[in-house]
Amino acid sequence: MAGGTRGPVPVPLESHSANVTQDVLNLLDSKEPLHSSDDFPTIPQPEIKAALDRLASRSMVEYETSDTEEVTLTAEAETIVADGSHEYKVWDAVKQAGKIPIKELPKIVGADSAKVGQGNAFKNKWIKKDGDSLVLVANEVQDTTRDVLAGIKDTKALSDTKLLNDLKKRKLVTLSKVISYTVKKGPKYAKEIPVEVTDLTADMIASGSWESANFKPYNFNALGASQGAGALHPLNKVRQEFRNIFFSQGFVEMPTGHFVDSGFWNFDALFVPQQHPARDMQDTFFISDPVKADKPRADPDIDAQLDAMEAGSRRLFASDEKRQVKPRNYEQYFKNIKEVHQDGAFDSIGYRYPWSEDETLRLVLRTHTTAVSTWVLHRLAEDPRPARYFSIDRVFRNETVDATHLAEFHQIEGVIADFGLTLGGLMKFLETFFSRMGIDNLRFKPAYNPYTEPSMEIFGWHGGLKKWVEIGNSGMFRPEMLEPMGLPKDMRVYGFGLGLERPTMIKYGVSNIRDLLGHKVDLHFISNNAAVRLEKN
Amino acid sequence: MPTIAVDKAALYAALEREYTTEEFDELCFEFGIELDEDTSQSTKPEDVGKPPQLKIEIPANRYDMLCFEGIALNLRVFLGREKLPEWKLSKPAGEPETLTISEETAKIRPLCSGVVLRGINFTQERYDSFIALQDKLHQNLARQRTLVSIGTHDLDTIKGPFTYEALAPEQIEFIPLNQKQKMNAKQLMEFYDKDKHLGRYLHIIRDSPVYPVIYDSNRTVLSLPPIINSNHSKITLNTKNVLIEITALDKTKVEIVNHMLVAMFSGYTESIEPLKIVSPHNNESREAPDLTPRLMQVEVDYLNQVTGLNYTPEEQSKLLERMGHTVTPSKSDSKLLDVSVPINRADILHQADIMEDFAIAYGFNNLPRVYPNKSSAVAAPLPINNLGDIVRFEAAAAGWSEVMPLILCSHEENFEWLNRKDDGKTAIKLANPKTAEYQLVRTSLLPGIMKTINSNRHHAVPIKVFEVSDVGFIDMSQERKTRNERHFAAAIMGKTSGFEQVHGLLDRIMLMLKAAFITRDDGLKNEKLEGYWIEEVDDPTFLQGHAAAIKINIAGKRHTIGVFGILHPSVLQKFELPYPVSTVEINLEVFL
Repeated sequence: MAGGTRGPVPVPLESHSANVTQDVLNLLDSKEPLHSSDDFPTIPQPEIKAALDRLASRSMVEYETSDTEEVTLTAEAETIVADGSHEYKVWDAVKQAGKIPIKELPKIVGADSAKVGQGNAFKNKWIKKDGDSLVLVANEVQDTTRDVLAGIKDTKALSDTKLLNDLKKRKLVTLSKVISYTVKKGPKYAKEIPVEVTDLTADMIASGSWESANFKPYNFNALGASQGAGALHPLNKVRQEFRNIFFSQGFVEMPTGHFVDSGFWNFDALFVPQQHPARDMQDTFFISDPVKADKPRADPDIDAQLDAMEAGSRRLFASDEKRQVKPRNYEQYFKNIKEVHQDGAFDSIGYRYPWSEDETLRLVLRTHTTAVSTWVLHRLAEDPRPARYFSIDRVFRNETVDATHLAEFHQIEGVIADFGLTLGGLMKFLETFFSRMGIDNLRFKPAYNPYTEPSMEIFGWHGGLKKWVEIGNSGMFRPEMLEPMGLPKDMRVYGFGLGLERPTMIKYGVSNIRDLLGHKVDLHFISNNAAVRLEKN
Repeated sequence: MPTIAVDKAALYAALEREYTTEEFDELCFEFGIELDEDTSQSTKPEDVGKPPQLKIEIPANRYDMLCFEGIALNLRVFLGREKLPEWKLSKPAGEPETLTISEETAKIRPLCSGVVLRGINFTQERYDSFIALQDKLHQNLARQRTLVSIGTHDLDTIKGPFTYEALAPEQIEFIPLNQKQKMNAKQLMEFYDKDKHLGRYLHIIRDSPVYPVIYDSNRTVLSLPPIINSNHSKITLNTKNVLIEITALDKTKVEIVNHMLVAMFSGYTESIEPLKIVSPHNNESREAPDLTPRLMQVEVDYLNQVTGLNYTPEEQSKLLERMGHTVTPSKSDSKLLDVSVPINRADILHQADIMEDFAIAYGFNNLPRVYPNKSSAVAAPLPINNLGDIVRFEAAAAGWSEVMPLILCSHEENFEWLNRKDDGKTAIKLANPKTAEYQLVRTSLLPGIMKTINSNRHHAVPIKVFEVSDVGFIDMSQERKTRNERHFAAAIMGKTSGFEQVHGLLDRIMLMLKAAFITRDDGLKNEKLEGYWIEEVDDPTFLQGHAAAIKINIAGKRHTIGVFGILHPSVLQKFELPYPVSTVEINLEVFL
């Protein structure tokens, strides 16, 4: 740790400074009070101050600071004090010679004095012109300029401000600020700084020496010692806050542990047509190796995991009534999706285009975690019941990287399935959800999304920006997505989502997403950010 | 989402009132479009001194709002200024214009549709809008002209019947639009090869042995779809009668495009006349376009239930008219509405879409906000996330800082720079990255951590960082042929290697995961004995003699979960790190 910023007041080690400290103590013994400008005129002010601070912090001296203005002579003025003013030199020369040709004057008194002095001597009526020559008018003169400057040299001051300004203009004097100190003995004055201990030690306690020890004063204006602390990443801290909100509302976390998904789960099952712009090379990362997914099929491991996670819910809502479980039929699901796209089904006219199996089995980096929600909802169709799911995980877009876009970011997604859900209910739910982040005022704008109908963009009032800002997307999943899974027609499903990065950037005042996610993040940013308290501002 | 610029004064005139920017913004918000910019408030040099424009973002499925006419019409209907017009075909004075499709076109672009607009009254603004709409349709619905493309012609310069054929490029000869010299289609491909605008469409037909072409009865070329029209039949401000031909691969979209052009521009014409399509080989002979509204039935209860309203069928019908639908309560079933969906509403697929229109007409923000769901679930975290959090908290408590680099990285960073070999069966590779930064899904957390340390080289050492996140692997046994794996990794860079630091961190994490330290001999002897040990390993990522494999017996099975060591100086050099670095990386999945 660099010296001086933390901990007790450092004792300066430089001998020069230490001498000043001792000199002050010595002189105070015989003279009180001291005036720094008189008693230590040659020692620079900062050094005097350092010495006095050091003593004052130990109550050995007390001092007062005074600011004064000092008038000092310039080099030109110094020569005037020594040799007389320019006009005096001219008058003197004329007096010596009786008569001087004007042309000759610079040779006798010098060019500068000739130029300035001649005019002033005329003005003072000391000399006059006689043809081409100068002759005497006054036999005796008083060199007031010199006298005034000599006075300033002694007193470093001049009370006549008009004259002072005139001298300043003539570049004969300058004004400077001088800080000086008046120093008196303090309550603990001594001729020497006593021996000090910096800290209480075990030895001192054991020996009892602490009782008589003279502790060095602590600098209460500095920070404490650096903790070398570990830290969690701010983005993950915000993520945890969101997870807590979801948990408090009874949401089950979805298994998002695969970055790669098939076109089927990522797009087709969500009723995103195969020619949709989102499926362009410019928007989606396709996988070159491996190339092709299997058709959708059972995944017993993930099923078992979710079964275990939902065991609590099943126990809580268990009843004597035997629930009908209808195992998933992946083949039928695949056929249904093809049909709803290509020919229309489930009361939808569909998109009516030749649906390609190759396209649906292409592998992509998932562009949204809604692909996982789809999988989870298909599972729910085995035993349709009220359910809530959420996930927060990484998604990928083949974007051109800039201050607000990265090729990867985190999507926060929530899904609520139940019978008889209404649109206003979704708004109400989102009001409570966002109020947990301190956003109380929500508005909803109709929007388009291939897999939700209605689709609503969520706008929140931003107090700082004083405008409505888009904070997320929401909607009810389309029947063309839900019914092919085998979910009953009267089961409706809310979906809503937002990015994790955007609220975090607003929270931490980060304007470039690359300063938040990725390898360019500053480690100071990670270690020095306050804990996240979403409900607070 | 497409953004359409419209003349502000003209739009407000069409809406029969003036709006402040805020008022118009509010109208857009309620209707579900977005006012991007009012250029009267702009200080950009290109906007100053020009008639103010409104730049409006249109939802991607509202093809009927991609031009001034569509925006004005839909908003007028929404505001109750008019009812949506009924578009009807007129009987032509003589025989209808005919277009015969040759079977050869099946090889390249099999479908063609069209329409005749009689007595059109172009002004400069209407003409510009007509061209711009075609451009927007080409970009959006037509997927850069691949699926559908439009050609428009001055009918008085050509003479039917017309034919749509597919011929060898050398056989097709004409003067392209706005050119002076005649060329054949092969030469045309070269001529436009470097063209900024047309060059990007050439690939659609370039390599085909036959190119699509439309002729009139005098063998005058009308167009070479989907590239360019001929100069001969070019439409001008003076054009009175327009022939529109639309060629396509997609049967549905070709008619959607036809509907949009008719719905948007027939307001400026005297009559819409059909084009008789003769295409017996694929059963596509018909009169185009079919302008009959599509009839569908919608459940009254469904509209009420989802919106939480209690409206009578009559009230529902009235509201839906504001969205352009003609609705009458069904005569046969009081629980149903008969809805006729106008031709401009290609976005209506299901009664859910009608329900949304109902909600928009009522006003999303006026809907009763009542939460109807009374049942709740029992929350549960994903086990792997719980496990990851335990490790994250312990690593941070031990004084290490969490970093979050990207999942995607370059091949070099993942393999060569770590002195690792790609066996071609491990890493998931991307087909179409925009930069070499993103070539694959990382198989190790080390590259990202090294890059993070590199970006923070100016910091005081030691730098101690960690990450808990997923890596990805090819796994042919999975449906998606891949799987993620949750890893923990940490690195320390300092004046000395920090080997014992990462070792100590590993011990600490193992302790927190209840894995005991056992001797190698005991661990090998007895798989049932739970615990971990380390053994020296030869790994080119690390300095020889300073790397250890981490082994563990867990639930009666032996695993190698990772490795730690002092990074090889050649690795440091690749990641441009000035000081020694030690790292540890383990797979957390075995602790689930």
